[in-house]
Amino acid sequence: MQVKENGILKKYIPLAVFALAIFLLPSHISNYEMKTLIFVGINAIVAMGLCLLMGYAGQISIGHAAFYGIGAYTSAIITTTYGLSVWIGFLAAILLSGLVALLIGIPSLRLKGHYLAMATLGFGEIMFVLFVEMEQLTGGTEGILSIPPLSIGKFIFATSQQIYYVVWIVTILLLVVALNVIHSRVGRALRAVHGSEIAAQAMGVNTAKYKIQIFVLSAVYAGIAGSLYAHFVNFINPTPFTLNFSIILVIIVVVGGMSSIWGALAGAFVMTLLPEYLRVFQEYNLIIYALILMSVMIFMPSGLVPGFLNLINQFKQREGIWRFLESKN
Amino acid sequence: MALLRIEKLTKAYGGLVAVDAVNFKIYEGQIKALIGPNGAGKTTIFNLITGMEKPDEGGAFFNEQSITGLKPHQIARLGISRTFQNIQLFGEMTVLENVMVGRHPRTKADFFASAFRLPLVGREERAIAEDSFELAKFIGIASKARALAKNLSHGERRLLEIARALATEPEIILLDEPAAGLNDRETGELGELIYRIRDKGITVFLVEHNMGLVMEISDEVVVLDHGKKIAEGPPLLIQEDEQVIEAYLGKEIEHA
Repeated sequence: MQVKENGILKKYIPLAVFALAIFLLPSHISNYEMKTLIFVGINAIVAMGLCLLMGYAGQISIGHAAFYGIGAYTSAIITTTYGLSVWIGFLAAILLSGLVALLIGIPSLRLKGHYLAMATLGFGEIMFVLFVEMEQLTGGTEGILSIPPLSIGKFIFATSQQIYYVVWIVTILLLVVALNVIHSRVGRALRAVHGSEIAAQAMGVNTAKYKIQIFVLSAVYAGIAGSLYAHFVNFINPTPFTLNFSIILVIIVVVGGMSSIWGALAGAFVMTLLPEYLRVFQEYNLIIYALILMSVMIFMPSGLVPGFLNLINQFKQREGIWRFLESKN
Repeated sequence: MALLRIEKLTKAYGGLVAVDAVNFKIYEGQIKALIGPNGAGKTTIFNLITGMEKPDEGGAFFNEQSITGLKPHQIARLGISRTFQNIQLFGEMTVLENVMVGRHPRTKADFFASAFRLPLVGREERAIAEDSFELAKFIGIASKARALAKNLSHGERRLLEIARALATEPEIILLDEPAAGLNDRETGELGELIYRIRDKGITVFLVEHNMGLVMEISDEVVVLDHGKKIAEGPPLLIQEDEQVIEAYLGKEIEHA
């Protein structure tokens, strides 16, 4: 059927273009810019997970920094304290962030809207306190030092460029997974939950189960990002895992555009690069930063990606009107 | 054997008894209507049958199996589908996608299979899209397949709700005021559509205020007033039932 084939093309062409751009980029940029783009990739992974949860399933989390932290600490502890391989650390980070999300999700996903936001916020705060206070495990405020970099066998990913490729390959794979989920029976069920929970139930969707599954998947994304972060910076302390980062993640998703997974990517680029480029304004940078965010929300309330798509559509329609008028003369 | 049997169904909200020990049966292939003044408890009965609310007493039996206490999604899976009085579409999804959600209980690609797009997923997706498009054609909204549900007219929304409900392959479909807000032409077409649904072998149970439609298409009518069943039978008998006339028009004041 025609409808279907178009859908698949629409899904993979932007993906291929994006992947190509990402892989060609390193030869054109400085080492510093590459490091910044590594952070873009890491933030994009967390944001994509949060976007699946917020934009597609309609559930809010203001505690995602905690899952990011769980991923980072799990990886760090397993590779330093226990001296195991980074891949075991990576797998453990995935498992533990998912497991914690399962345990937290079962009671808290019964809540809706603001109440769920409050519950996840509370969870985030509790985890932050644990990162600080469980000194024997986490090193307290001092944190954990000399976390080994990622490696395969004897090959160590040490240079920025190598890490860039690792992070972005993982990011793009996770983008593919997210796109697959969205364009599937499961994705439709999730969007249905967002649209009308009772109607979704009446259509045979086990809404409680799906909400928990997407929450777990979203936490796993954060856990993966956390693990990559730990092995990239080789040192962690509780500072990056505060409420502040949870809120930045929500802003990334909202500014980029919740209704599209590409929005999470765009948001991660904008929100990570913007502070870098605004440094030239010195003490005014925060004001300009805030003004830019406010303008986006005023002029593109649905976020950057859906906003630009709307503009393009409007432009096309206007073109269409002109063509129509010209054809009449 | 009744397809759906309602037994001593009772539901109270605080002191108000919304549904009071109601009994009735629906047989396979019937078009049965549930009528009654506003607040008689009609939608509550729909909610109790579909598991959206729990009865205080009594329950429902589907193919003689008790469905009381099952979750809404489990009941949908068994073959009971419904529409909503206050339309509950997935507004940000297209018409086709809305119907595709209805295929959920009859398909199986889970989280894992979908995430890694296992071979079964592609095949199933195509089947879901095709079946859903067929249903959109059956209902007469195929030309709007790519439109977002929120951009449909009121009449089209009512139709889309029916298409989505049919996509679950129900044995019985519960229509909650399907003619509400429709004009005469649309109501006439709805009547035809309900016949076509019945002819597919699907039993129809509807709540409706449009008496013209109810009396024309129903095989049997149940009348509810203040939560109690006051009459049940073929339309012609119901129209002449004194209790029913009283419930709708009020008691005639006797002059001395």
